[in-house]
Amino acid sequence: MSFRTYHDLTGEDRSRLGEQVAAQRERVRERMREVRHVVAVVSGKGGVGKSWVAAALAIGLLDRGSERVGVLDADLKSPTAAGMLRARGPLKVGAAGVHPARGESGVHVMSSDLLLQDGSPLTWRTAGADAFIVRGVFEMGVLREFLGDVAWGALGWLLIDMPPDSDRVEDLMALVPTLAGVVAVTVPSEESRRSVQRAMRGARDAGAPLLGVVENMSGYACGGCGTVGPLFDGNAGDALAAEFDAPLLLRIPFLPGTGPSDAPFLSSRLADAVAGALA
Amino acid sequence: MKFLCVECDAQMEFTERRQPGDGTFAAAFRCPACGRHIAMLANPMESQLVGALGVKVGGRTLDEQPMEQTRISIAGAPGAFIDEAADGRSGPIGRPRWSAASLERLERVPSFVRGMVKKIYGEWAAEHGITEITPDAMDRARVELGLEGM
Repeated sequence: MSFRTYHDLTGEDRSRLGEQVAAQRERVRERMREVRHVVAVVSGKGGVGKSWVAAALAIGLLDRGSERVGVLDADLKSPTAAGMLRARGPLKVGAAGVHPARGESGVHVMSSDLLLQDGSPLTWRTAGADAFIVRGVFEMGVLREFLGDVAWGALGWLLIDMPPDSDRVEDLMALVPTLAGVVAVTVPSEESRRSVQRAMRGARDAGAPLLGVVENMSGYACGGCGTVGPLFDGNAGDALAAEFDAPLLLRIPFLPGTGPSDAPFLSSRLADAVAGALA
Repeated sequence: MKFLCVECDAQMEFTERRQPGDGTFAAAFRCPACGRHIAMLANPMESQLVGALGVKVGGRTLDEQPMEQTRISIAGAPGAFIDEAADGRSGPIGRPRWSAASLERLERVPSFVRGMVKKIYGEWAAEHGITEITPDAMDRARVELGLEGM
């Protein structure tokens, strides 16, 4: 039997799946045209305070001037950005898209935390027992819609609070090739250095500019006298900065009970350092 | 994706899409030369792989709604979204009215996606010149648009 194949047929491909996917990408590009700087905050490891740093950076950038600032929480399974920035739903859906929540400090936020019931894990309605097969595709779809379907408006900065995996910057860059850069967050320990090193290599290999390293929990500040003593062994911040030829943007001591909006001096220094790295 | 009637050597035309609600997907095609119909039947996993991309086999007949894939795929919190122009029994002038029975049926749609689904039905009805959305119209829209379980 002989028959023609796809490209032999000149008639319309009514599904136009490729065009539908291209249209999704174009929506993201169109939305990101209104954003001056898109910066990813990565760690490669959970528990280093990446979301705290992202939130503090957002507040610091907002305090620098008149530019609007947004935070996109790409950590879909363990979202914390909305809580850190005290942003609440419900989310309004209008003709321009889904309006982001506005945190108490004025930072615009989109996070799966605003979509899920308190205490409920991220579950997929349509996936069933075979969820593991399509989970990654679903997650990329949500990230794409957080970028392209949220009415961010004109932003000076959009910070992407990335999940703690080393390959996610590559995924992000597929959607946002104009990514301005990556800020890596580590704690001083050797374990953290090794983990963040993978994330930074992944980001570098994906072609993302490395703006610098933030060493969080870099010593413990005594609540009484203010003296800073060691909290972890190691010098991950310096080591990563040297290895990747990127600046050590800031060391942040462990500050018990301090939220990102409670440390304006640190937020300001962080914002100045990141803005300086981009200049 | 294209379908070829080998006997006629003619590209078949898409005629209908169905999502019966069991996770499967069906699309019917007709040969313009001999009139033969065939149906492509996809199992739940195949349907899901395509659906996860946020695309519609057979093409889109309505614009994609904001965060449509997220709202359809995530088991989200009731009341997470407020859809502007989706509340109330009747919309602005020129928009179709909702019958009481259709609103009752709409109540069975998870609230996380209800506003979006209502908007989709409304746009479909407006496009088809339907002035009142009834359960029957919802059935037709559901089949045509592939709104599985909605």
